[in-house]
Amino acid sequence: MKLLIKGGTVIDPVAGEITEKDILVVDGKISKIGANLSASGAEVLDAGGKLVAPGLIDIHVHLREPGFEAKETVFSGTRAAARGGFTAVACMPNTNPVADNAAIISYIKNTARVKGAVNVYPIGAITRGSKGEELAEMGDMKEAGAVAFSDDGMPVMNAGLMRRAMQYARMLGLTIISHSEDKNVSAGGAMHEGYMSTVLGLKGIPASAEEVMVARDILLAEETGCQVHIAHVSTAGSVRLVREAKARGVKVTAEATPHHFSLTDEAVAGYDTATKVNPPLRTAADVAAVKEGLADGTIDVIATDHAPHTIEEKDVEYEQAPFGMVGLETAVGLVWTELVATGVLTPLQAITKLTLNPASVLGISKGTLGSGTDADITIIDPALSWTVDPEQFAGKGRNSPFTGRLLKGMPYMTIVGGRIVMREGIVE
Amino acid sequence: MGLSGKDLIGLQLIPAEEIKLILDTAKPMKEIIRRQIKKVPTLRGRTVVTVFYEASTRTRVSFELAAKYLSADTVSIAAGTSSVSKGEGLKDTARTIAAMGADVVVLRHPMAGAAELLAHTIEAPVINAGDGAHEHPSQALLDLFTVREKKGRLDGLKIAIIGDILYSRVARSDIWGFTKMGAEVRLAGPATLLPPGVEKMGARVCAGIEEAVAGADVINILRIQMERQQQGLFPGLREYSQLFGINRERLKLAAPDALVMHPGPMNRGVEIAPEVADGVQSVINEQVTNGVAVRMALLYLLTGGGNQHEIAH
Repeated sequence: MKLLIKGGTVIDPVAGEITEKDILVVDGKISKIGANLSASGAEVLDAGGKLVAPGLIDIHVHLREPGFEAKETVFSGTRAAARGGFTAVACMPNTNPVADNAAIISYIKNTARVKGAVNVYPIGAITRGSKGEELAEMGDMKEAGAVAFSDDGMPVMNAGLMRRAMQYARMLGLTIISHSEDKNVSAGGAMHEGYMSTVLGLKGIPASAEEVMVARDILLAEETGCQVHIAHVSTAGSVRLVREAKARGVKVTAEATPHHFSLTDEAVAGYDTATKVNPPLRTAADVAAVKEGLADGTIDVIATDHAPHTIEEKDVEYEQAPFGMVGLETAVGLVWTELVATGVLTPLQAITKLTLNPASVLGISKGTLGSGTDADITIIDPALSWTVDPEQFAGKGRNSPFTGRLLKGMPYMTIVGGRIVMREGIVE
Repeated sequence: MGLSGKDLIGLQLIPAEEIKLILDTAKPMKEIIRRQIKKVPTLRGRTVVTVFYEASTRTRVSFELAAKYLSADTVSIAAGTSSVSKGEGLKDTARTIAAMGADVVVLRHPMAGAAELLAHTIEAPVINAGDGAHEHPSQALLDLFTVREKKGRLDGLKIAIIGDILYSRVARSDIWGFTKMGAEVRLAGPATLLPPGVEKMGARVCAGIEEAVAGADVINILRIQMERQQQGLFPGLREYSQLFGINRERLKLAAPDALVMHPGPMNRGVEIAPEVADGVQSVINEQVTNGVAVRMALLYLLTGGGNQHEIAH
């Protein structure tokens, strides 16, 4: 089986170059990249005017299976990924039961193999049941295929336990992903603490709830030598802490979500529960700092924190609604509209933060266009304007705060292991 | 002229002219309350439903009397707090009430935004009788009415609001209302109970109680909830009383004819000394009467009333 992608603008984050080239895919692997390629018997894909990149990787996704299949499943979540241009996702362990042992990790991997449209990399829990009391069997989970550890959403509040988790993860050579939130500071908050929370009468989550934990986990990473990845950086203070830590040589990386660089807490006015997310939407100054962090390399990765919920769960009073918004199917449009079109990132930088960098955080051999590697390829139409309509989503969640927003830039084709899984918005 | 919105959710988005219209309309309403036969046929055949997800005798009775004085039929629903925890209770209850033909729904709810959610769900006008820490517009309107009646104006007055601003929907509605009408609003309370960015709403945060009270024309004292102490937001009622309680000495710092207000119910001896609560400067009981008048005005205006002659005979 051969595919020949012709006439596209190839973005190669490893070589750091953008050139017009053709890519030949044979039997699921990238066979050749070069000018004016031809191959007999190959299906020819015209990529003229499009960007051809390594398959995008989202290292922060909630697939909700097992346990919350009404919100999302491996089947639906990986189709959302394919439609959003992602060829691989790493899924968080806050399922039911929690992915805190090898059996659940294997279950997710097997389900993904049978039903998944894209590659799935499970993230294991740091502590049993994500209860923050005792370490989970990280070694076993690594054997079963876990690529990192996190108690996402249920942060390890005990610094001593987190320290041991980092020592242990370092031994295994895997990354700890920190959902940085001090629950005693954020307690009961529903949105960012500031003028908007005051006007709306909603309990606030101060920036310091995130920053004290970013600081703690940086210090623990520095001491233990563990690779720590700070999830969804949302405040100016967190950006500064990561920047300073990197300058000191601490092994820390960081991610930002499209909603944290596209929206401010002003979006909460009107109490639309689609805007309820943790960490919360912050101020314009924080958004500017996150963009600056993306531009200067402090923030390595763009990840969506795709968190689908059912309509019934979200169609309630703001304080009652669960945190989280869907993100897989709007990510590319937001990156292109908010970051590339505005000059915050070059197309090469943007693609690097969606491919090579997330692969490197997880230590997986993806995110490149190297000859002989799996043919995971995303083709993006940077000129296509479209309006966000959750009814078009392939995923189950409709909880997008971007409904009705006009975006420019859309995934055109998603190829996983040489197989076309999405073509012009239709998942095959 | 009437109100431009279908509902009354808060004073943040109500223009000053409409606030003035409500206050002007409340004036003849107050005369009705003073009559021996407190009944006019204005809202005959209309139904006002009060839905209270939080216990509140004062506000609920005030709305019900307001509706009855205007000849409306009233039904009150005290929704159990257990249904609130399920969340979807509110919308379903709302649709049921709307389907039964309510003309106005008055909602009290412990969560901010509940009134707006309801207003988007049903066609009938919704009056927010307090939603979490967001707004309590009818309370602020009765505060405005009381001050205007006593002082003859609102413009240029100095209004001190004392206490738990963070959790107070009354404080928020008062800040919007008084500043829109040209008054100066000063705030004082424990630092842990002052919401961030409140200055941007137009109020001035004072360093201490003395600064807030000095020369004030009105001292509006908020109820301090025991619950906040349990949450660790301030050390205790004894210290609170010492730092922020309004007693005779502190009252002397205000203008000689300053009004003392309290939205009730009071913790006598904590945020307000008994001699201040019952003193000559206190208008706390009058606030209650004015509350009924203001709510009559709201019901009248939101059901399409626009001609004041109807009420004034």
